[in-house]
Amino acid sequence: MTQKSVVVFDYGTGNIHSAIKAVELAGAKVELTRDKTKCAEADGLLVPGVGAFAAVMEALNAVDGGEIIERRLAGGRPVMGICVGMQVMFANGLEGGVETPGLGEWDETVHKLDAPVLPHMGWNTVEVGENSQLFKGIENERFYFVHSYGVTEWNLDVIPPFPKPSVTWAEHGQRFIAAVENGPLVATQFHPEKSGEAGIQLLRNWLETL
Amino acid sequence: MSVAVRIIPCLDVADGRVVKGVNFLNLTDQGDPVELAQYYYEQGADEITFLDVKATVENRSTMFEVVARTADAVFIPLTVGGGVRTVEDVAQLLAHGADKVGVNSAAIKRPDLIDEISSRYGAQVLVLSLDITRSSHTDSGFVVTTHGGRELTEIDALDWAREAINRGAGELLVNSIDADGTKDGFDLELISAVREISSVPVIASGGAGSAKDFSATISAGADAALAASIFHSKAVTISEVKESLRKDGFEVR
Repeated sequence: MTQKSVVVFDYGTGNIHSAIKAVELAGAKVELTRDKTKCAEADGLLVPGVGAFAAVMEALNAVDGGEIIERRLAGGRPVMGICVGMQVMFANGLEGGVETPGLGEWDETVHKLDAPVLPHMGWNTVEVGENSQLFKGIENERFYFVHSYGVTEWNLDVIPPFPKPSVTWAEHGQRFIAAVENGPLVATQFHPEKSGEAGIQLLRNWLETL
Repeated sequence: MSVAVRIIPCLDVADGRVVKGVNFLNLTDQGDPVELAQYYYEQGADEITFLDVKATVENRSTMFEVVARTADAVFIPLTVGGGVRTVEDVAQLLAHGADKVGVNSAAIKRPDLIDEISSRYGAQVLVLSLDITRSSHTDSGFVVTTHGGRELTEIDALDWAREAINRGAGELLVNSIDADGTKDGFDLELISAVREISSVPVIASGGAGSAKDFSATISAGADAALAASIFHSKAVTISEVKESLRKDGFEVR
């Protein structure tokens, strides 16, 4: 198998050190860039995201992030969102009382979780979705979450022959989406690059699908 | 199932080296914070905390380099505290690979710092560190100290914790000056008092002497526990602490 290439999308968000190293450790050749051609040509595009929904959307829009992601997905080319990088794939974010449009790949809204202690911070278990590729062999592991907002419903109906999305759930105060695998677009609310060996294995599983 | 109790070893770092109390025969370089962080990562630590005990301007770039090397080798969250005074300090630490920053005296001097960090990077990056002792001069009976407990303020510790949460602190690191160094166990009275007023995660610190002590502080309301010398001296390992917690019915990784 030839080595897969992954671009970590560089749009000025948070800590990308570990994301780059973790994907390298999982076996890919990694480049941090926002160059449109490189983003389009890589086998996989990783979209990290830390901070507020609106700030992440603003940063993405400033470098045509939506268009880059949209074009890849239209061509069936894999994209993976992490944390707020997952949240912005949904239609809307309600953060700080403001509604911000997301990229709208999925219809649901990101809202504040109803839990006694927030942020939800730490290692939690997941209820792995049917036919998951990402969680193969690591179904019973814990992953590192740090977030106060989430998505608590999933309505997408898929018409055959397209495969049914695999949705993985977790719980903190209420059930929320921990990961989605929907054709070329996959995303995790937790941080695989901060989830130790289990996280590296998840990235390895993703690389195998590229 | 729910989120697991976090066990966090803390390393004091100065001039790029770990200072005080580390004695591991199986490390080639016992003073290298990166190697120690990796050792704890392999032991099952849930996060790593570095405390920059010198935090001088000259020391700063050495610390950045240590943070970057650690983030490249250790795939769990890394918190860096000590000497964080401005949003720019936070920006630098995050850019070098820290996931969270600990803020202490600078926020006491200028509470707006909390709002500034939180609005730019989100509450989840900001761990407010509190060094607390008992006092008859405050309503709660607990007072905030500075300079590692050597200097008292007039600030009620619980009022300060409430204010910091409102301003955007994402987590509280509660260090008991009274329990620190005693090895008699965490300060359960303090931890439960902070738990009652806190809507954000609480990390208990100070006083750990045995594996059993960790269950007690989690029962008192802590979400996580941080310790230094008990791990560095190898009195107890992280896996022993987790085994003890598991036996007592707590969820651990």
